[in-house]
Amino acid sequence: MEKVVTFLLDGEVIQGQEGQSIMQAADKAGKYIPRLCAHKDLTPHGSCRICTVLVNGRPQSACTQPIADGILVESETPKVNQLRTDIIDMLFVEGNHFCMFCEKSGNCELQALAYRFGITAPKYPYQFPQRDVDASHPDIFLDRDRCVLCGRCVRASKELDGKNVFQFVGRGVEKRIAVNSEKGLKDTDADVVDKAISVCPVGAILKKRVGYAVPVGRRLYDHQPIGSASEDETTK
Amino acid sequence: MSERIKAVLDPICREVGNDRTSLLDILREVQHRCGGVSGEAVDLIAKRLNIARVEVESVVSFYAFLSDKPNGNVVIRICDDIIDRMHGSETVARAFESELGIQMGQTTEDGKISLTHTPCIGMCDQAPAALIDDVVVTHLSSDTARSIVAELRENPDPTRLVKELGNGNNAHDLVSSMVQNNIRLRGPVLLADFEPGTALKKALSLSPVEVIRNVKTARLRGRGGAGFPTGMKWEFTRATKADKRYIICNADEGEPGTFKDRVLLTEYPDLLFEGMTIGGYAIGAAEGIVYLRGEYAYLRKFLESVLERRREEGLIGKNVCGVEDFEFDIRIQMGAGAYICGEETALISSCEGLRGDPKNRPPFPAQSGYLGYPSSVNNVETLCCAARIMEHGPGWFSSHGTDRSAGTKLLSISGDCKRPGIYEVSLSTSLKEILSLAGAEDAQALQVGGPSGQMVGRQEFDKTICYDDFATGGSMMVFGPQRDLLEVVHAFLEFFVEESCGYCTPCRVGNVLLKQGIEKILDGKGEPADLPYLEELAQTVKMASRCGLGQTSPNPVLSTLKRFRSEYERRVKPALDGRQPDFDLSEAVAQAVSIVGRESTHS
Repeated sequence: MEKVVTFLLDGEVIQGQEGQSIMQAADKAGKYIPRLCAHKDLTPHGSCRICTVLVNGRPQSACTQPIADGILVESETPKVNQLRTDIIDMLFVEGNHFCMFCEKSGNCELQALAYRFGITAPKYPYQFPQRDVDASHPDIFLDRDRCVLCGRCVRASKELDGKNVFQFVGRGVEKRIAVNSEKGLKDTDADVVDKAISVCPVGAILKKRVGYAVPVGRRLYDHQPIGSASEDETTK
Repeated sequence: MSERIKAVLDPICREVGNDRTSLLDILREVQHRCGGVSGEAVDLIAKRLNIARVEVESVVSFYAFLSDKPNGNVVIRICDDIIDRMHGSETVARAFESELGIQMGQTTEDGKISLTHTPCIGMCDQAPAALIDDVVVTHLSSDTARSIVAELRENPDPTRLVKELGNGNNAHDLVSSMVQNNIRLRGPVLLADFEPGTALKKALSLSPVEVIRNVKTARLRGRGGAGFPTGMKWEFTRATKADKRYIICNADEGEPGTFKDRVLLTEYPDLLFEGMTIGGYAIGAAEGIVYLRGEYAYLRKFLESVLERRREEGLIGKNVCGVEDFEFDIRIQMGAGAYICGEETALISSCEGLRGDPKNRPPFPAQSGYLGYPSSVNNVETLCCAARIMEHGPGWFSSHGTDRSAGTKLLSISGDCKRPGIYEVSLSTSLKEILSLAGAEDAQALQVGGPSGQMVGRQEFDKTICYDDFATGGSMMVFGPQRDLLEVVHAFLEFFVEESCGYCTPCRVGNVLLKQGIEKILDGKGEPADLPYLEELAQTVKMASRCGLGQTSPNPVLSTLKRFRSEYERRVKPALDGRQPDFDLSEAVAQAVSIVGRESTHS
């Protein structure tokens, strides 16, 4: 029998299983904690920091922090949500995100987070970085302009596809996604059906020839903000 | 695949058993032999280690001392920290540039010499300094820069540049360096005589649990800056059930302005190795690793020779000191130019041959560290202290310092002071005393703990160095009245931008934004609203970053906004006519003006 762990999330008693992360336990209880790099099928990465919560007053990423009996977790507080807003702002100015032209618009988790947090324009100055596009593959686009360095593709390729198509190179502000070939995606074993391609939360990795297939109004986040699905489950 | 590359690479890979965890060693060797790690080399290494090429590329691109493009036969790296700049490193850099006919970051056309910058190399007490391959040159001037270039052109062997040897073991055959120790004040704990074996033999007469108890009784806390109780760390590591455990010495002294471990490694290697052996005995480890920063490669052969001697004397190896069943050995892992590797989990990643990314915690290294085994990572000075506790007893150790901050602390003092160097002071010594020891009574500010620490002004010089007041790894940078403190803040932020691993958003992006915010004010384009903007941004980076780098990198901004706010206020001005102060109307309409052919009526 797994041990039951009881803790408080924003004042509400939550019960989870020992070994779960705060995010897993919160999801199970129908409480959404905003996130970007985390994905239910992948090892937690702890890099985007959007899921930052305060655990007994200390900031921790909910995707990596295990639950423990009696901890006090703050998530939906003005202070924590301000941190999240700032981080989302940072991701917007760090890359080149032009939602109005992007095929991912409406289905993009970064854009959806911005809507959830009421961001209309970032408060930080745009960086307009020079980044490379890799269109060499017959079925897949890699547009680094929109990459948020969440590492989902890196993990999915390894953990779900049993491949090694993507990896990070460089460090700091020069950090980029690279592919397992000097000549670009076409010379890797990447396939359009790979999980690594579909897990991208933004428009950095896209399938060719399916852009704008879903009309405005029927896209994932056109009516409900991101996180609503799991919130709805609690009310059912 | 060219046969030449194969001929070089294959033996290197074979030597380490084609082991993936030795990737950093392989890459360092390839870099050294070939001047770079080419795409072809990446492919071959990947094949030999049976990993993806992008994994190899990922590691190469992470470390500053590795490059995918070929460097010159000799690489000159000019130390670019703020202290070196204050001592004229920029003039020296210009002299190198003009003498070589190239810019920073370039290689001469004949492929012989590359010139670049590097962050603090641990020589602030003899600045300006540079690394020429592994050779340290100090007290540079434009003249010496010119003669160095002339000599290197004649003979590319940089060891010939060392004309006069430094003091102590710097003059040892295996070091042969011009580095000076600059020990200015010896204290009773660290910088005192040591007879190899004395501490270890006493420790081995106790049980491991008793050793840990003694370290706890002595109230030893980590000397790297964080101040975690060493005895507890050892206890946790010992308590994790495992087949193997590791004790790792953090000799990646990268905090700008600190160089005390350099002196301990040069003059007290036996004390350090003894501390590691004692730690290994205490936690139940058979192997110790010294993670030595790439900048200190000039000490490697000497340290290896000390280890060899200790093996011969039975102080490490099988049955240490005749104690059956206690086997312990130490190896040196070289770093390759990455400040972040001083963070303990990043250091472990680097030891495993990975990018120096910090790991997610939990698990903590005491639970799952190097290769998944419980590991204790301790600072050089901490391990030296542990050896002294065994030698003289915990009561003797804790009789120095205060209740909560026992023992002494090594300080590396540099900058605007008459006597830069190493000082061993009792914990709880006041900043005022420290400044007077170093000959810096007129200091306007003291940077305590390096860029990640605090900038402190005169009104707080009565405060002390200890875990309750100003905890510090020991970097003390003095800034005289003539220095522009905002320029200092800017230099620190440049450093953090360069050294952020880029793993998490707030550190990767936030430090760039902080730097730009300071630049805006330095350019005279700041407005009053920039102060709260910087404060909030700095708090976000501090709160949301994943590891100690991002949690402390905003400190230069926060501590100066708190203590030197007037430095900001005197530069910012309210926006005119509702425009942003950095908006230049005539520049904005310049193109239109040139097309129209007449001046704008609005500017």
